[in-house]
Amino acid sequence: MIREYLEEVGRKTEYVINSAGAIAIMLAQAVMYTFVPPIKLRNMFKQMEFVGVESLFVVILTGTFTGMVLALQSFNALKRFGAESLVAPTVALSMARELGPVLTGLMVTGRAGSAMATELGTMRVSEQIDALVTMAVNPIKYLVVPRVVAGVLMFPVLTIISDFVGVVGGYIVGVKFLGINSGVYIARTLDFVNVHDIFYGLKKSLAFGLITATVACFHGFYAKGGAEGVGRAATSSVVMGSVLILVSDYLLSSIMSY
Amino acid sequence: MIEIKDLRKSFESKVVLDGVDLTIEKGKITVIIGRSGEGKSVLIKHIIGLLRPDSGKIMLDDVEITALKEREFNGMRKRFGMLFQGAALFDSMTVSENVGFPLVEHTDLNEEDVLKIVKEKLRRVGLEGVEDLMPAELSGGMKKRVGLARAIVMDPEIVLFDEPTAGLDPIMSDSIGDLVLETQRALQTTYIVITHDITLTYKIADKIAMLHEGRIIEQGSVEEMKANRNPIVRQFLEGRAQGPIKVY
Repeated sequence: MIREYLEEVGRKTEYVINSAGAIAIMLAQAVMYTFVPPIKLRNMFKQMEFVGVESLFVVILTGTFTGMVLALQSFNALKRFGAESLVAPTVALSMARELGPVLTGLMVTGRAGSAMATELGTMRVSEQIDALVTMAVNPIKYLVVPRVVAGVLMFPVLTIISDFVGVVGGYIVGVKFLGINSGVYIARTLDFVNVHDIFYGLKKSLAFGLITATVACFHGFYAKGGAEGVGRAATSSVVMGSVLILVSDYLLSSIMSY
Repeated sequence: MIEIKDLRKSFESKVVLDGVDLTIEKGKITVIIGRSGEGKSVLIKHIIGLLRPDSGKIMLDDVEITALKEREFNGMRKRFGMLFQGAALFDSMTVSENVGFPLVEHTDLNEEDVLKIVKEKLRRVGLEGVEDLMPAELSGGMKKRVGLARAIVMDPEIVLFDEPTAGLDPIMSDSIGDLVLETQRALQTTYIVITHDITLTYKIADKIAMLHEGRIIEQGSVEEMKANRNPIVRQFLEGRAQGPIKVY
């Protein structure tokens, strides 16, 4: 009984360490091949469209409602101190520093990360990745690099959009529904939020893009066991991607506050 | 000429290839037969470097390809074409993009020239007017044909076939057999085919080699194999459940 338990723990630990190593190797190769010619821009743009443009709707929706609910909740709290106008910087700072990058990261992991893992997983189990190798095309360069590049470039762009619509959502609730003066709202936002806060969030989102794309590519690339394996790859990529985003969010925040 | 010498490969504790020795002659069709799960796919994946052996070697002309690094192997791979069991067409690309893929990746030909070659290869495998279809719109036999067109688009010296008739009806299988013969005769390419389709084997083989329990147990021409008295070979070629080979 105890022995079985220990074996299980050992197996899990081994799996985690192996995966971490394999992901690190894949990431290193992807970074290297990004700069090895020939650079195929077409594939990159295609992935950027998929990760960026096609995630726009879900990011705008999440960003707007998050901004709106933030305004509502912080209004209830700040009203007790008579500081209603501080709703504006509360919304803007929370969006820029934390919720913009994290929620964008989680939503895009769910949408694009799972799709990447499914696509690469299907290519693996139907031997399309082997076919690439037999045609002397490096599959990391051809498949992984464009996805990682798209993740790294598009996550910050989506985050900026999320920040912006979040602030707009906060403004609508604060000014139109809760009666804060429009001029005061805008002035307070500009007083408290500066460009560093936005960059602070963007740096994180860049890391989240790297994490999501690499984790998704890893799970898809090494998928095995037919349709079931592809499904497992998609699930694992979303679970692992989301957990890593939250963990690295804390780590990055604590590193960057020094 | 390809020489396989004492090739061994295990996966975890399962021994799949247990000392394979085989010579594949240039410009001929060599058919490797054997039961499903005997490691035929594993064997040809070693020839094109998708798998690396635990020990033993494969010589292509005078180069020990099993000793090449991945990057060096890539140069070698341009001499090969491979048709996968499920054709392995890229399902995000049209038929013509699939067939033209190696040309786009490895040559400086412009779009027009690529399309010209693609059309010529598709015609050679008996397909016309399918250039703009997606792989999902093709039947199993058509996928195999497109896969073959892609495998020969760079005019390789050696083409590998992984179960070219698996999942096809007998008539389609026969026509794939014809296609294999026609394309091979035209260019005197070296073809290596793995299959358990005996009808196909008799139709196309210059040489038959039987893989059993990780080794090549018998080999020879079609006539020689038909006359072979080894009970394992007999059982396999005659397709009987009773005999020395255990059915699990």
